[in-house]
Amino acid sequence: MNDKLIIAGKSYSSRLLVGTGKYKDFTETRTALDASGAEIVTVAIRRVNLGQNANEPNLLDTVPPSQFTYLPNTAGCYTADDAVRTLRLARELLDGHSLVKLEVLGDPQSLYPNVIETIAAARTLVADGFQVMVYTSDDPIIATQLEDIGCVAIMPLASLIGSGMGILNPWNLQLIMDRVSVPVIVDAGVGTASDAAIAMELGCDGVLMNTAIAGAQNPVLMASAMKQAVEAGRSAFLAGRMPKKLYSASPSSPTAGIIASTRN
Amino acid sequence: MITISINGELRQFPQSISVMAFIEVMGYSGKRVALERNGEIVPRSTFDTAQLNDGDKLEIVVAVGGG
Repeated sequence: MNDKLIIAGKSYSSRLLVGTGKYKDFTETRTALDASGAEIVTVAIRRVNLGQNANEPNLLDTVPPSQFTYLPNTAGCYTADDAVRTLRLARELLDGHSLVKLEVLGDPQSLYPNVIETIAAARTLVADGFQVMVYTSDDPIIATQLEDIGCVAIMPLASLIGSGMGILNPWNLQLIMDRVSVPVIVDAGVGTASDAAIAMELGCDGVLMNTAIAGAQNPVLMASAMKQAVEAGRSAFLAGRMPKKLYSASPSSPTAGIIASTRN
Repeated sequence: MITISINGELRQFPQSISVMAFIEVMGYSGKRVALERNGEIVPRSTFDTAQLNDGDKLEIVVAVGGG
């Protein structure tokens, strides 16, 4: 079946996007990434550690940009200006790579997005030629505004970053999907495989996660579980589920031809 | 003597140097780093011609694991 995820004109076979943070070491990062089947991986942009040996192994050796589509993020940015500067550095670092994940946070405790700064940053970045996948709240009006600005994917939270609380408001995700024509990718809040499957069954185009995999007892096994969950959820969505009803007067086996009772 | 802020740390250099020489001194030649000076990107293609001046504020970054 030809069911590709298309973002900014490029097609991807995997609908699972994963982060590269919080792993024990680079070997575990790579093994989990491979188990997840993800093609798009998020990375952070950080100051070099001046005291550190410049020859230490780095992420780009273990997760080469030739094998994965990098999605540099703006994690930790609280203003539009910081986010834009971070992504300009990322573009320089990655030889002109323009596909980015914009996130502007509002509060260090909740990591809830600041949508006002997010919108301002999105405008600047789109005008500057970036292809912006944008992390945002699950507000459908904000989502449509971000699409109008020219973002190439809308990525609402399902619950707070790193919380593992799952899909708290499927109805808002539905409102967003009804209004937005670019891919809608649930970003943040997925805790376990069923959460990812639910997001996909709702009709989301993809799921992005980091902690749900890296924070599992066995990250590599969880990565594989997430791969299967996203695939299963997508197939169930495409298959079209049966309607829910409290009871069915229609059993699955024939009602005729049942042998006679011996009770009377 | 010039003083440059690098990722928030002050460092002194005997005289104005090119970005290329600076990258070499810091041990980042051949490494994938990106550099911003006073809020503006310094493209890699201009490293040999761009000069660092007293009071410049640099940010040098790399890609690290993140979600």
